[in-house]
Amino acid sequence: MNSSLAHSKTFRRSRRNRIKATPYLFLLPFATLFTAFFLLPILYALEQSLFTQHRSGLGLGTPTVRFSGLSNYFDVFRDPVFYQGVGRVVLYGAVQIPTMLGLALLLALLLDTATVRFKNFIRMAAFAPYAVPSVVAALLWGFFYNPRFSPIVQVMQALGLGTPNLLGPDAIVFSLANIAVWQWTGYNTLIIYAGLQAIGPELYEAARVDGCTGIQMARFIKIPLVAPTLILTTIFSIIGTLQLFNEPLVLKQISNSISNVYTPNLYAYYTAFGNNNYNYAAALAVLLAFVTFVFSFGFLRLSNRAGDS
Amino acid sequence: MSVRAARVTAPRRSNRRLKLKPSSVLIAVFLFVLSMYFLAPLYWLVVSSTKTLEDLFGTPGLWVGKTLNFGQNLERLFTYNGGIYLRWLGNTFLYAGVSAVVATGVATLGGYALAKFRFRGRNLAFSLILGAILVPNTALVLPLYLLMSRLGLTDTAWAVLLPSFVSPFGVYLARVYSAASVPDELLDAARVDGSSELRTFLTVVLPVLAPALVTIFMFQFVAVWNNFFLPLVMLSSETNFPVTVGLQTWNVGIPSGAQPVLINLIVTGSFVAVVPLLVGFLLLQRYWAGGLTLGSVKG
Repeated sequence: MNSSLAHSKTFRRSRRNRIKATPYLFLLPFATLFTAFFLLPILYALEQSLFTQHRSGLGLGTPTVRFSGLSNYFDVFRDPVFYQGVGRVVLYGAVQIPTMLGLALLLALLLDTATVRFKNFIRMAAFAPYAVPSVVAALLWGFFYNPRFSPIVQVMQALGLGTPNLLGPDAIVFSLANIAVWQWTGYNTLIIYAGLQAIGPELYEAARVDGCTGIQMARFIKIPLVAPTLILTTIFSIIGTLQLFNEPLVLKQISNSISNVYTPNLYAYYTAFGNNNYNYAAALAVLLAFVTFVFSFGFLRLSNRAGDS
Repeated sequence: MSVRAARVTAPRRSNRRLKLKPSSVLIAVFLFVLSMYFLAPLYWLVVSSTKTLEDLFGTPGLWVGKTLNFGQNLERLFTYNGGIYLRWLGNTFLYAGVSAVVATGVATLGGYALAKFRFRGRNLAFSLILGAILVPNTALVLPLYLLMSRLGLTDTAWAVLLPSFVSPFGVYLARVYSAASVPDELLDAARVDGSSELRTFLTVVLPVLAPALVTIFMFQFVAVWNNFFLPLVMLSSETNFPVTVGLQTWNVGIPSGAQPVLINLIVTGSFVAVVPLLVGFLLLQRYWAGGLTLGSVKG
């Protein structure tokens, strides 16, 4: 009796200890990989950004690297190429994000009503571009923009609407934005749609009893309830936007309107691998991350304030 | 999912569909046009992959060419440059498959721990992981390249695989699903029965989380399959490239090398690169829908 009581006590204690250690053990594989391939690179980028390369007189031979504090950052702050790149992606995002999320919200709301038919087909059609690698998407749309192949130009010419230059300096931002709209609208639709599906049917019943129309239901019940989802998708879109890289890199081959330094990410890439200046590239990457945080959190603050009032 | 769908659609359908309002015609037209927009480039890709080079230049983009050349296009794609495209395809399957399996396992363990255990540092860990989702790729990939080159791992599969084992988004998903679908009573019952935590996880928790596992796997598989920046930076030998990087090297080759044959190869190569994921999407449709609908896991 006594011994069995003592036994059960130690048993319980060891079990509790085991339960205490369990979450750490379960997290260990992820934590290890996360530290090695997420935290460490970020710290390394921070460290690298504090050094500058110095080349001897003719610029030949291996450059020496010296600690220089924040001088790379001061250089980036004065670097018009960086600002122009940020300006371009901000303009691109201002076109792309509202178009894409507006379409996605509309589509999700329509899919959530009972009257729309062929829902499954529409959902799959919208989601299909997500299966296309962005490089392939850019190549594909490149064929649609390239005057030698473009079905868009062919159709417009057939209709007597002239020959648009979809790769020209004025159109290129929209042409780039279109690729992302095409690729990500369906993905965002599904996320918003999932949010709509999670709304309990009781709310709809109550609204219907009160004589709510479909549009009123969308405006006063559905959109406010999926607002957190919309905020989340906006933040992910902001992050994606500021990193714009693949599409301009691919379209650069057929458009003179895209330079090597068209976006900050391209600029960092060419600085690192074209000019072999990893230190300046590290500073560019860190500042780009900083700009991303500023925009993401700025948007979050803004939407929280709008939610409060 | 199906229960809810049935509940919502069944009573409404019968009385609504009889009245055909102008607004619903407008909506139908809008949805039709939008669907065409999403499908047109894929349709173009299918049509164009059957064309000869002359037809690509000489026939309307949205209509079939004069000669059906799909077989020859495929043959040329798979034999060009010693069959390099097949190598790229194999690499892509390897990178995406291995990364997705490992990332799913690691993320599920972590997400479950974050959802179902109270422990010191839990909130900090979760905030760090959430913050990581916000970190732009560039800030990671450039320093990763330097770290990998110190370890002598650049231009090896490991340089692409190791960073792809980490899926903060997967941990986030696993945490949300675990919180929503693994009842505490179930865990307590297993503990009272004397089941070890690992055994509980493997035999009780995993079956409940199965739909979430499929979702996390698919997201990571697609992410790695479509990844471009990481392999572009890490890899330099043609034989290590995934399809995305390989196609871009052909794309770069068009103007400089004056090789119009590359256009044919790019079109057919793009087609072949897209097919596996599209087929997978269709087959696993219910997991996408089911996985993204959190509420449905409960039933």
